[in-house]
Amino acid sequence: MANLFENLSDRIQGSLKKLTQRGKLTEKDVTTALREVKLALLEADVNYKVVKDFIGKIKERAIGVEILESLNAGQQVVKIVNEELAELMGGKSEALMIDGMPAVLMLCGLQGAGKTTMAAKLAKKIGEQGHAPLLVACDVYRPAAIQQLKVVGEQVDVPVFSIDGSQNPVKIAKDSIDFARKNGRDVVILDTAGRLQIDETLMTELQEIVASVVPKEILLVVDAMTGQEAVNVAKTFEDRLHLTGVVLTKLDGDARGGAALSIRAATGKPIKYVGLGEKVDDLEVFHPDRMASRILGMGDVLSLIEKAQGAYDEKQARELQDKIRKQKFDLNDFLDQLQQLKKMGSVQDLIGMIPGMNKKQLQGAQVNEKDLVYTEAIILSMTLKERVNPSIIDGKRRKRIARGSGTTVQQVNQLLKQYKEMKKMMKQMTNMQKQFKRRGKMKLPFPGR
Amino acid sequence: MEKKNGFFNKLFGGLEKTRQQLTNRISALVGGHSELDEEFYEELEEILILSDMSFDTVEALIDEVKKRAKKMGATESKVAEVLIREILVDWLTDHPNDSKPKSKLHIQLVIGVNGAGKTTTCGKIAALEKRNGRQVMLAAADTFRAAAVEQLMIWGERAEVPVISQGQGADPAAVVFDAVQAAKSRNIDLLICDTAGRLHNKKNLMLELEKIHRVLKREAEDASIEVLLVLDATTGQNAIHQAKTFHAITPLDGIILTKLDGSSKGGVIVPIVQELQIPIQFIGVGEGLDDLQEFDAEKFVEALFPQIIDKA
Repeated sequence: MANLFENLSDRIQGSLKKLTQRGKLTEKDVTTALREVKLALLEADVNYKVVKDFIGKIKERAIGVEILESLNAGQQVVKIVNEELAELMGGKSEALMIDGMPAVLMLCGLQGAGKTTMAAKLAKKIGEQGHAPLLVACDVYRPAAIQQLKVVGEQVDVPVFSIDGSQNPVKIAKDSIDFARKNGRDVVILDTAGRLQIDETLMTELQEIVASVVPKEILLVVDAMTGQEAVNVAKTFEDRLHLTGVVLTKLDGDARGGAALSIRAATGKPIKYVGLGEKVDDLEVFHPDRMASRILGMGDVLSLIEKAQGAYDEKQARELQDKIRKQKFDLNDFLDQLQQLKKMGSVQDLIGMIPGMNKKQLQGAQVNEKDLVYTEAIILSMTLKERVNPSIIDGKRRKRIARGSGTTVQQVNQLLKQYKEMKKMMKQMTNMQKQFKRRGKMKLPFPGR
Repeated sequence: MEKKNGFFNKLFGGLEKTRQQLTNRISALVGGHSELDEEFYEELEEILILSDMSFDTVEALIDEVKKRAKKMGATESKVAEVLIREILVDWLTDHPNDSKPKSKLHIQLVIGVNGAGKTTTCGKIAALEKRNGRQVMLAAADTFRAAAVEQLMIWGERAEVPVISQGQGADPAAVVFDAVQAAKSRNIDLLICDTAGRLHNKKNLMLELEKIHRVLKREAEDASIEVLLVLDATTGQNAIHQAKTFHAITPLDGIILTKLDGSSKGGVIVPIVQELQIPIQFIGVGEGLDDLQEFDAEKFVEALFPQIIDKA
């Protein structure tokens, strides 16, 4: 499956490449190129009006001095698009406000956005930061929602407050505060029922909860796949509740996440966290600059490195980065990585973060996690010498390795091929990083000719 | 406006404001432009894109409007209203579902991404078919999400149909296997299999789905099997990729469009139906047991553009 973020950047870069191929540009040329940017953004589900404003801004900046008189016109448009996109996404990431006795954090949103899962993820994260969180089951409507919160609460080892049989979320929220105080819990996380922003009764109910427990954080949980309505949904929740931020879920899918741009533009509220999977650890701080880069096809090198650091110790991580940079990454490191993979999340996620990995390269590189078991066995059946220098593995050795690992020679061949590909990829990545350094502040690789 | 049935009221009820907005905009657009000119089409494009219809579809729709208008020799923008509706209804119909019950046991495999509304939809279908006098059974093959089994059990109680389950963490293919055996021995007409939400770009989960489907086909050889994709009407263009990817793994027989009681228009369904040539079976319009309706293209489009119908 192609990484759709790449599609968007392909389109933007493709359309801008046309700019670079011509010496002098007319206003019409810029308009044509920006039309493709507009289409790409619309396909990414960025709201029509947001796109219109965005394109207008870029046009204003692009037409005239900067573009028409510059020899490096395309480069400058890329830069402007990137800058404006980053600006639209907001400044640096913002932390949660969770100091209080107790501090209340309320999650709200449409049905199926992923509130309950997000509540557990946040509880885990907050607990790891030295707080004592309490999960509160305020979803009294969806069947088994309370049960679901109890199960995920157990998974993250955070107590869950609920009142069995109660149909009154306002009272549940209120009582949970007393419970938290008595039990030394300093952050109360309210999981509310999913509701439509046009549902008057349920929106009023949320306002009542807010009035009675005064949350420090009111977070709107939004599915990254949301379409054009994201703007209206976010606006209504903002008008009724005065949000403090947004949490984006299901970003591990292949939706381009244009909703993130729309919501940001419509409410001005920061996106604080993103959900990247169904496991309780699949939560990351939102980095607006990285998201903008990701949309533009820069990949997400920083997240990748941070993820690696979460699982390895820092020294190991530095060693790994060093090896990647010096292109001395051998099968021992490959094995090391495999063994750390479980801690790092899905391989697909990691691959998606590597810059320069476009859909063509991803084809055939689909990772089946069960294959990893075989891969591990194959490497373990190699001698240390073979692992350091795989090029010495000839036909005879391949046969021995296959026998030793209970696999076939074909599988051994496949692994060696994959390793070669991976090295190639890392070389690309290193070259790209060198390019960034050369270009100083300019963060975009110039679309290749 | 002629007779309003429950479906229509429900669609209208939740949507009145937003639908009205859209229609008012089109009406205002028509009022403001008596000519079918470029400016008119540009504004029309905006209105349609805001319904989540893909850009390509909007372009195709507008081209078609232009073509038909030209053929009719029409130059007035009023004509566009009628034409849009006509074309959309054309596009949304004529996709028969070939997997309607042919044999004694009919099986529905309900699939989709996380949070689309699969479990709720299963409960609603069960209730609907039970009311229609059929022997219905539910299979809790979402063994992954916390409390998903419990959630389906509650729906089973509400709809008064039995639920086959093995609890969280069980192999979903094994649940389906059990359910087919149970359905056969209990003389069931309709077996509805709820599955775990899965993002279509997760290879392992898609392979799991393929396996569930394979087990179904193998164990219920004489049964007719219908694969239904649940789509959230709030979803944007990603729904197209969802539908295509799921279709490639387990060929779809129909679509269920949920959460149409919200403010989203679900316009993305148009390119999906066109591309895959499969029908929309049901639409979900709320969280109640009865909030499921058979899809009717004409009513769907009517609900999208109510005032146009009044004029037409």
